[in-house]
Amino acid sequence: MNAVVPLPIVLPIVGAALSLLAWRRQRIQRAISAVALLAALGSAVTVLASVVADEAPIAVRIGGSAPVIGIVLVADRLSALLLIVAVAMLAVVLVYAVGQRTPDERSRAYHPAYLVLTAGVAGAFLAGDLFHLFVAVEVLLIASYVLLMLEGSNAQVRAGTTYVVINILESMLLLAAIGLVFAATGTVSMALLPERIAALDSGVRWGLNGMLFVAFGLKAAVFPLFSWLPDSYPTAPSPVTAVFAGLLTKIGVYALVRTETLLFPGEQEVLLLVVAALTMIVGVLGALAQGDMKRILSFHIVSQIGYMVLGIGIGTPAALAATVFFIVHQIPVKTSLFLVEGIVERETGTSRLAEVGGLLHRSGWLAVLFGVSALSLAGVPPLSGFVGKLGIVEAAASDGQWMMLAVALAVSLLTLVSMVKIWVGLFWGEVMPVPPADRARGLLRRTPVMAGATIVAVGFGVAIAVVSGPLYRLCADIGAELLDPSAYIRAVTG
Amino acid sequence: MSLTLVVLCGVLVSAGVYLLLHRSLTRIVLGVGMLGNAVNVLLFATGGKNGSAPILRPDGTVEQPVSDPLPQALMLTAIVIGFALISFLCALAWRSWTLDGNDIVEDDVEDRRLAQAGSVDPASTPWERP
Repeated sequence: MNAVVPLPIVLPIVGAALSLLAWRRQRIQRAISAVALLAALGSAVTVLASVVADEAPIAVRIGGSAPVIGIVLVADRLSALLLIVAVAMLAVVLVYAVGQRTPDERSRAYHPAYLVLTAGVAGAFLAGDLFHLFVAVEVLLIASYVLLMLEGSNAQVRAGTTYVVINILESMLLLAAIGLVFAATGTVSMALLPERIAALDSGVRWGLNGMLFVAFGLKAAVFPLFSWLPDSYPTAPSPVTAVFAGLLTKIGVYALVRTETLLFPGEQEVLLLVVAALTMIVGVLGALAQGDMKRILSFHIVSQIGYMVLGIGIGTPAALAATVFFIVHQIPVKTSLFLVEGIVERETGTSRLAEVGGLLHRSGWLAVLFGVSALSLAGVPPLSGFVGKLGIVEAAASDGQWMMLAVALAVSLLTLVSMVKIWVGLFWGEVMPVPPADRARGLLRRTPVMAGATIVAVGFGVAIAVVSGPLYRLCADIGAELLDPSAYIRAVTG
Repeated sequence: MSLTLVVLCGVLVSAGVYLLLHRSLTRIVLGVGMLGNAVNVLLFATGGKNGSAPILRPDGTVEQPVSDPLPQALMLTAIVIGFALISFLCALAWRSWTLDGNDIVEDDVEDRRLAQAGSVDPASTPWERP
């Protein structure tokens, strides 16, 4: 079983190398990407199945060296679950990008960069030590720089520069924090750190935690470190933004979950709660002020991150379970909203709400796809967002965090308001003039591959609501496991 | 930690941050280089006291006291990553220069639009003005 754990990292990397060899053959590149992603998905499912069956995390020592000095990959239920959702979304968006036929996907660097991104995401989820986590995040960041600026247009270079510089600063901070953690404890292994960090002086602990929090907070786009996100994401082509929106910030949240539960359990509760509330409020107010669909959705990424930080801040097993469920729900829902946006942009040439309108008359099904995802994002029952938010709100109530509860509910309502704003802008209003040749067939039928991928992504979000019972039980197990890291430590050191 | 390394690290960080705050990409590249080196020096300093090179003799022993090899491994990886980042930034600066003849990072278009909307919005102007 141990041999399967590195596969979600190895397969995309090998795929990327082969894809580079097939530099001039677009079809071969597409086939390689598809095979590598599906194989990675298969191995991720195998890993989760075996972790759940064994009821213990799997630790793999790369090169067979001891965990103190060697690289260790650890797959527990949390990392395996997130890995499956992430790779599945990457596969769906790949199909969408191929169907969109933008100059972007035709670029020869697209497929290799996309596979490297996948490897980085998988590496970040499976990392068993802080330094390996840093390297994996670097791998996915460098791939994301390439994807963000593939066209090299003026707008992309302008927004991309902000993105690159802020992320490089984040990398430096993270590396410095890891160096200091090593200086203080003599290890970077996540299994050995809890015990050694607990033995440190509280001031040192606070400093280390603060540095890691700032570094991962920048990646997760929490208040006040989020302003790079709504600036840079909307300039990328829609499939790329969809992947970034679904996955990249969640890597930061995942790293925050690990640092705040495994390394520094329950130390920064007040800070986390304040940051969570401000992230939710500022994100949703930013969304309300925007007039461009992509920018509204980008601000919502920030706002929803606040819910996750809130769950981490409350820190009870129930809150962590709800947070994990919420992350799992956010990845497909955010992705599918951006995929719908991509179809709109392809049809109308713009994502500014003032310039489009009346799409309801052209495609009712597109409205359904958007409506389902939007209501799920706002947390309307019976969709998956409702289950996740209910869990977080319940945890806040049982922990006595009434302020947080009020903020979470108010922000939910404002989320709904800005989703209605998109709905009114896109689907109602005056019908835009359409060339006669385009009237014959429905909007979705003209872009069948994109439509199919979007339907799969939306269906994935709905499926989460359908299986929310068993999935929530798994998340509850994860929540308990996060607060009792003894199994994790035993798997690595034993 | 040796004081020289710590002071060097501090000087590099301050110079790096100063350069990073400019709008010209060339200065940002230099700033990133300095910050990267500052962090590398920091990693090096975390290794503690210097000793002999951590190389195994044929009989499987090392000369004591031995340097801690792990920070050096981390540093090596960080140098490689830093090199990649700087080359990417250089390419970006070059692209920016070919696009509009300079490498100054501009304001966001939408931000400018929003800022302008605030200044011409009748609701935001004082009521006594026409």
